[in-house]
Amino acid sequence: MNKQSIKIENLSLGYENSANAKHELFPPFSVTAGSSQFIALVGRNGVGKSTFLRTLAGLQNIFSGNIFINGKAASRLLRKDYASLISFVSTEMVRVMHLKVFDLIAMGRYTYTNLFGNLSVNDEKIIVDSLEMTGMSDFMWRNVSELSDGERQRIMIARALVQDTPIMIFDEPTAFLDIPNKYEIILLLKNLTRQKSKTIIFSTHDLNIALHLADKIWLMANRKMYEGTPSQLIKTNAFDEMLANTVLKMENGEIKFK
Amino acid sequence: MTNNRTRTKFYFGALSLAVILLFVLDIVLGSVYISIREIFNVFFSADKVEPHISNIIINFRLPRACVALLAGVALSVSGLQMQTVFRNPLADPYILGVSSGANLGVALFLLGSSIFSIILPTLVSNFCIASAAFAGSALTLFLVLIVSIRIRDIMTVLIFGIMFSGAATAIVGLLQYMSSESALKTFVVWTLGNLGNATFDEIKIMFVITLTGLTIVIFSIKKLNVLLLGDVYAQTVGVNLRLTRTIIFMSTSLLTGQVVAFCGPIGFIGIAVPHIARMFFRRADHRILVPACILLGANIMLFCDIVSQIPGYNIVIPINIVVAFVGIPVIIRIIFSNKKIINE
Repeated sequence: MNKQSIKIENLSLGYENSANAKHELFPPFSVTAGSSQFIALVGRNGVGKSTFLRTLAGLQNIFSGNIFINGKAASRLLRKDYASLISFVSTEMVRVMHLKVFDLIAMGRYTYTNLFGNLSVNDEKIIVDSLEMTGMSDFMWRNVSELSDGERQRIMIARALVQDTPIMIFDEPTAFLDIPNKYEIILLLKNLTRQKSKTIIFSTHDLNIALHLADKIWLMANRKMYEGTPSQLIKTNAFDEMLANTVLKMENGEIKFK
Repeated sequence: MTNNRTRTKFYFGALSLAVILLFVLDIVLGSVYISIREIFNVFFSADKVEPHISNIIINFRLPRACVALLAGVALSVSGLQMQTVFRNPLADPYILGVSSGANLGVALFLLGSSIFSIILPTLVSNFCIASAAFAGSALTLFLVLIVSIRIRDIMTVLIFGIMFSGAATAIVGLLQYMSSESALKTFVVWTLGNLGNATFDEIKIMFVITLTGLTIVIFSIKKLNVLLLGDVYAQTVGVNLRLTRTIIFMSTSLLTGQVVAFCGPIGFIGIAVPHIARMFFRRADHRILVPACILLGANIMLFCDIVSQIPGYNIVIPINIVVAFVGIPVIIRIIFSNKKIINE
């Protein structure tokens, strides 16, 4: 394994309510992400995947434990330091009227542009390149509100790409997509880890995608975090934990009905 | 690189010319007919001009046109900022409760003094009304800032604004119920808006505040753009949300507060002009929308002022009534247009 991108030590997930009482959602766990790895985060609804990703992206305070991003303690990072290390794509749909694809992607250059957000020739080149990379070159001056879900997801990836961060986080990037789009998007992301040396962490409910395409899986089940390559997790029966009390089971690396 | 850059430039040029034209028209047209030659003489020539003519131009029409211009700019830009920050197409400059605060200030001053039978000399009252309104706005700003610094969720800030307005309106209602008829009338007239109350010194104050507010807005353009995508994306590209919001609320309250103080709570412009700007320029980029709102706001307010004075008639319709007739069709269009402006 080459150098580490993210090191998580004894991180627990939870929230603080208005009376400052602490509620732990998920007990402490430790995982790592190596540079240029393609990591799938899986787990059932409500297990805390989004909370974990939001904490990792610095959108939520660390409940307890430590996160190190490229060797730096996350709790000490400022907003703009985060922005230079991690880009994030949420499940939230952006549908702003009259917002051009180009203008949306340009927002990813926020920390690089001057006080007024004027784009340099280099910025514009980076935006054009990201559109090419995501196969959206023809859409540069289209309105974001007129795009299909698949097209919009590509645009959001392009926006994250121009932010030029070593780590990219995607919360359910294929949630609203049909099957061909789903695989195209995931392959596009995997390609970014290979060609652009990005470390990518994405959450998904599609176990086939996680099993066949991810370098490593983080599996959250029964208040425990399992970490390993797909074959390691199959061997250790980690998926049985996740599929306990469901109609599904894992058999020889495939999902079957019980 | 940019599409339609020439078209955008053309629109900006045309709108700038229109501002000059409407400004001149606003001075030329009015209840008393004054020829353009006479107006020219008032400003640029030593030729004898009848004193009452120069009085009308210098002391009535010129200040009025200046106030219309400044108020139009301030309200439109404030409205744009609020629609972006709250990601709500129906947000307006008063959403933070600035006008309710000002209402309360003025009501306490006008109606309160009538309830306690204090007789107000008419001459002082204009500046006092403005001060009372500004004090009310400032108090609201202060409350909103405290809430927005403490509370992360923007919708909670919105609900606070609405609740604050409700409380202020209730107190105003009580004061209205208890006050004398003449004080009540003065108050009601104030709520209808008036562009012709401000003196030259007050216009200077308006000018400085508008300029300050606009400077803050111009330095917020980049942040406003990113806020279009919502809080999560704004934060992950490096925006400090609380600081940014505080700055935007501050400029909005400054810009709106001064308009309410000197002209009364002028409605509809702040909500309608940003939409007109979007329809016109077909962009969501604030580098275009901010100057577009400045120019369109000035134009539309000057136009409303001209309409309110009905050339040839000796009557001035309260500005809020004219503005309503201009603004409501735009708002109805927004509601009926099937494309939603912002959809979560």
